[in-house]
Amino acid sequence: MGRLTKENVERARATIGLYPQARSALMPVLHLLQEQDGHLTEDGMAHVAELIGITPAEVYGTATFYDMLFTHPVGKYLVSVCTNIACLLNGGYELLEHAEERLDVKPGATTADGLFTLEEVECIGLCGNAPCLAVNWRFFGDVTDDDFDGLVDDLKAGRLADTVPPHGTLSRVRRSVGLLADKGGD
Amino acid sequence: MATFVDPIVTRRIGTPESWTLRSYLADGGYEGLRKALSMPPEAVAAEVDAANLLGRGGAGFPAGRKWGMLRKADPKYLVVNGDESEPATFKDHMLLEQDPHQIIEGTIISAYAIGAAQVFIYVRGEFALGIERMTQALNEAYEHGAAGHRIFGSDFSVDVVIHPGAGAYICGDETALLESLEGKRGFPRIKPPYFPAVIGLYGAPTIVNNVETMSNVPWIVMNGAAAFTAMGEPQATGTRVFAVSGHVNKPGNYEVELAKNTFRDLIFDPRYGAGIKGGRELKAFIPGGASSFWFGPDKLDMPLDEMKVKGEGGSMLGSGSIIAMDDRTCMVRASWRLVKFFARESCGQCTPCREGSNWLEKIMYRIENGSGRPEDIDLLLDVCDNISPGVQWPSKWPPAMTTICPLGPSIPPPIVSALGMFRDEFEVHIKDGACPYD
Ligand SMILES: Cc1cc2nc3c(=O)[nH]c(=O)nc-3n(C[C@H](O)[C@H](O)[C@H](O)COP(=O)(O)O)c2cc1C
Ligand code: SF4
Ligand code: FES
Repeated sequence: MGRLTKENVERARATIGLYPQARSALMPVLHLLQEQDGHLTEDGMAHVAELIGITPAEVYGTATFYDMLFTHPVGKYLVSVCTNIACLLNGGYELLEHAEERLDVKPGATTADGLFTLEEVECIGLCGNAPCLAVNWRFFGDVTDDDFDGLVDDLKAGRLADTVPPHGTLSRVRRSVGLLADKGGD
Repeated sequence: MATFVDPIVTRRIGTPESWTLRSYLADGGYEGLRKALSMPPEAVAAEVDAANLLGRGGAGFPAGRKWGMLRKADPKYLVVNGDESEPATFKDHMLLEQDPHQIIEGTIISAYAIGAAQVFIYVRGEFALGIERMTQALNEAYEHGAAGHRIFGSDFSVDVVIHPGAGAYICGDETALLESLEGKRGFPRIKPPYFPAVIGLYGAPTIVNNVETMSNVPWIVMNGAAAFTAMGEPQATGTRVFAVSGHVNKPGNYEVELAKNTFRDLIFDPRYGAGIKGGRELKAFIPGGASSFWFGPDKLDMPLDEMKVKGEGGSMLGSGSIIAMDDRTCMVRASWRLVKFFARESCGQCTPCREGSNWLEKIMYRIENGSGRPEDIDLLLDVCDNISPGVQWPSKWPPAMTTICPLGPSIPPPIVSALGMFRDEFEVHIKDGACPYD
């Protein structure tokens, strides 16, 4: 944990190469760091600053603006329950309450085993299937209390490993194509 | 009185593996791009202009006119806005996951039309599957020769980058989005300059268009502007995807002909929302996302036409999301939740927005939870007036603005609407010291 691994430095460099200005790669590279460590460590952010050519304070200042980026450890599974309007009208708060009871934590907190962090979030764009939630930004709609319990059991037992990667993994599909410049474009 | 036309941007939703290149090609995918490349770029732009394709991201500005404002300089950029985070709006989420090639094709045609050699598609970070599908589709498009170097053997080359957001509603505002794309905090830019088309990404001329706007472009090129304007009315052409949610029997995304259909159709037609759940009554609905003024059932027959909704209704179609609330809904609670959203998402640059949203949330919270004071109603209206001077019920469009971006004046509408239509509910909360719906 800390600095980016050799392989991830390569990925970070490739990402930086996609942009006319290196700083534009900051968020995608921070996602990469979060994929590696589950959250953004100080050493990691300093390393990203080096790679992009800005100060660690600039990295930190930008990272803390964004809700998906965590500068402190979170659980392996980030459980994000929506309570915004469409969900509120369809039992979103009741689902959140159930989640609090089942996981025995308040929103913002992590379970003692370090497995789950619970969050109350704004609309996640699954309003047609309210109430709904996301686990590490993989979506589950029309969630009943029983569904929630089943989901927690499945996650604990590792039965959803294919659907829900550990916290921080944004895209399991990587860009496999270069830019025109790489072909000596014209 | 609902009218039925063949959908444009959602026509492939439900096709098996609709997101793959194979499926897209089987349905005639990338033919629009081939056709566009056989035309001069100006002719492609002229076709989109003639279609009067209004931006589908919320502001409703004609895409063709925006392209015409592009400052002549190199480089130019095209940035696609896939940051959809307006509460109860979930159409772009669907398009990103289900038909990524359509977005990519529309984007490359548009880049060709405006002469951009570099495109960024900014996708809301939370849409993990959408980012995966877009990335996969882009890999396929490059391999197919539909993106990158000398597209389909032509002289036109363009690079496309999928850029993930990281969780901030405000980055949907085009100037905040550009800041974010430059690797900074998502602070909306101070105007002037008013248009990214003049000064945008890295100071260069930049067109920002919404995902659904882009998705219409291949169809317009294939079928011609006349086929597009044959739908709707001259000031509201084509179709639009509406996200219908709340207390309806069948929540979902429905693409309908503009101007010829009404809110009633979307909420009550069996093909769309199919009426209010449990046979209950409709109490009120939100016509255009969290930032819009609410409507009572008396406005159900208003046509889905941005100009009419603004002019006659004093609200907007905005982000294309319609939220139905039944007769058991506590209007204090519903409007409190929307204000809480704005308080959380204010970027903090402007005092009226930052302070006002937090005060309003606190006051609304105490009313809903039984600790409201009689003077709170006037206080709410006073704070609303400070954020958006003259804001009133019945509403007028547009609400006045004292802030850098339109998020500020988006805060009062839920409160002013709920108070305007259901003031007695606020009074009962305060008088009884409890929510009558609990
Ligand atoms: C607070 C705020 C949030 C916005 N969110 C979005 C959004 O999520 N998606 C979007 O396309 N436009 C959004 N917009 C509108 C954009 O600023 C811009 O008008 C739009 O992307 C232009 O594309 P269009 O002309 O194709 O609609 C938002 C505007 C504001 C002020
Ligand atoms: S109005 Fe609100 S969100 Fe917009 S710039 Fe000002 S503080 Fe930020
Ligand atoms: S309001 Fe909950 S997902 Fe949109």
